[in-house]
Amino acid sequence: MADIQKLEQIVSQVRRDIVRMVHQNNSGHPGGSLGCAEYFVALYNEIMTHQPNNWDMDGQNEDIFFLSNGHISPVFYSVLGRAGYFPVKEMATFRSLDSRLQGHPTPHEGLPGIRVASGSLGQGLSVALGAAQAKKLNKDNKLVFCLMGDGEQQEGQIWEAAMYAAAKKVDNIIATIDYNKAQIDGSTDEVLSLGNLKAKWEAFGWTVLEMNGNKMEEVIATLNKAKTLTGKGTPIMIMMTTQMGNGVDFMMGSHKWHGVAPNNEQLQSALAQNAETLGDY
Amino acid sequence: MKKYEIQNQQDTRSGFGAGLTELGRTNPNVVALCADLIGSLKMDQFIKENPERFFQIGIAEANMMGIAAGLTIGGKIPFAGTFANFATGRVYDQIRQSIAYSGKNVKIAASHAGLTLGEDGATHQILEDIGLMKMLPGMVVINPCDFNQTKAATIAAAAYDGPVYLRFGRPKVPNFTPVDQTFEIGKAVILNEGTDVTIFATGHLVWKAILAGEILAQQGISAEIINIHTIKPLDEKAVLASVQKTKCVVTAEEHQMNGGLGDSIAQLLAKQLPTPIEFVAVNDKFGESGTEEQLMTKYGINTPNIVEAVQKVIKRK
Repeated sequence: MADIQKLEQIVSQVRRDIVRMVHQNNSGHPGGSLGCAEYFVALYNEIMTHQPNNWDMDGQNEDIFFLSNGHISPVFYSVLGRAGYFPVKEMATFRSLDSRLQGHPTPHEGLPGIRVASGSLGQGLSVALGAAQAKKLNKDNKLVFCLMGDGEQQEGQIWEAAMYAAAKKVDNIIATIDYNKAQIDGSTDEVLSLGNLKAKWEAFGWTVLEMNGNKMEEVIATLNKAKTLTGKGTPIMIMMTTQMGNGVDFMMGSHKWHGVAPNNEQLQSALAQNAETLGDY
Repeated sequence: MKKYEIQNQQDTRSGFGAGLTELGRTNPNVVALCADLIGSLKMDQFIKENPERFFQIGIAEANMMGIAAGLTIGGKIPFAGTFANFATGRVYDQIRQSIAYSGKNVKIAASHAGLTLGEDGATHQILEDIGLMKMLPGMVVINPCDFNQTKAATIAAAAYDGPVYLRFGRPKVPNFTPVDQTFEIGKAVILNEGTDVTIFATGHLVWKAILAGEILAQQGISAEIINIHTIKPLDEKAVLASVQKTKCVVTAEEHQMNGGLGDSIAQLLAKQLPTPIEFVAVNDKFGESGTEEQLMTKYGINTPNIVEAVQKVIKRK
């Protein structure tokens, strides 16, 4: 059984890391990062079998994860650091010159835990599918996870990958869409409606689950359920409803915090709402 | 002028197919991907022998480049094949982010490059691909000249750890380089030693340069002919050594003048050894339908164009 309380404590620290990283450079994407904190914490602390202290690019016989919507790098960095992939103090270098923690994630600077660059949207699922097929060739029965944004669903490459995965029965992948219904210019409905996104993925031949991504118990239960559905001939998609800015009251319910950093006062308010559980970096 | 014997007429894409087939037998990590052009890329034999190591992607090149990047995670060496136009311009950002910037060991196998694709016309005749690929940090760019060399280059690309752009073409052309040669990435091949001018040629223009060299020899001009099969990294040492001797240069390629082999040579010479240079390349134009010989003549990249360029550049010494 998952220790929900322990996971929630990690989430609280991750939220602090996110707002502090974005604040220190007055740049980055706190909204989507906060919305996905529970998902990342669940993946790296409960769901995936992985080796933070023995990192290698190939990740054979490990579950591996790809972030397609690379702009939510703060939550990725925080969770990787807290899981032991690199020293947490390195978060102080986020978005600074000579850092391994680039604005958008990349293996180019050698940061452990990052297997492909992302930021230019729509590419992550294809890469994840390639890695999933390499696992099959290697007779490696571990899984590949991939997170995408919902705005990103407007990219054509996603649907190339969607068609391919079902046609070729890539059934060792669990993809997730951060369904927060917001993007830079406004709500997804205003910018370019995604229509019935669930029906679209089902029509492409995927098994689609839904969950509230801000309820830890539900995240754990759904991801565990998704694991039981792998290996049955269809790829798995989880539509994960989240609240952008979750856990910081003034950031919630608005797309305005997509790519804006809090000022000093706002930082203090955000920190007051989330206890320091593991020690700030 | 050194004599070269034509062993047969073969397409460079078949050289790629032969190299891939050999890799299928010798390297279990080599896998192949194709976007609905198996026959054109000559992948049939590899697929027949290694069905589990072949991925038919369908007409979805962006997805193909991403899947190729992903396959390297787990130790595979993917060759992603399609026409050069769809292998570069169409998917530039996928190559840039998921392959080059991510440092992935992907081999981009690009066929039907340039004007010699022929009748299909300008939509497919990419003349910008070398430029696009050589601008990407860390990307190796190879454009071999005949069947034997393309086969050897394919095998060498698999042995190299990092992203490679391997460019080849559609038409049957003279196959004259040694069978089972060793291909050294980044190592220029001197085909003829000369004293009056250096002709640096790549791809299909290498044979045209040899023909030009024979004509020039009859005119009493001694041309050094160098096959630059690897445009990046450029064999700077070989280029400078030859130019120090001949003191003038012609470059020849089936590509736009902007961004091609000529650019790379000119940049090196401007920095280290300013020298008169003429460029045989397509000058800021799209191609059109026609036979390969018609097109090479109309767009100024045939044997007589090399001869003329040599005559012109020698006067500028």
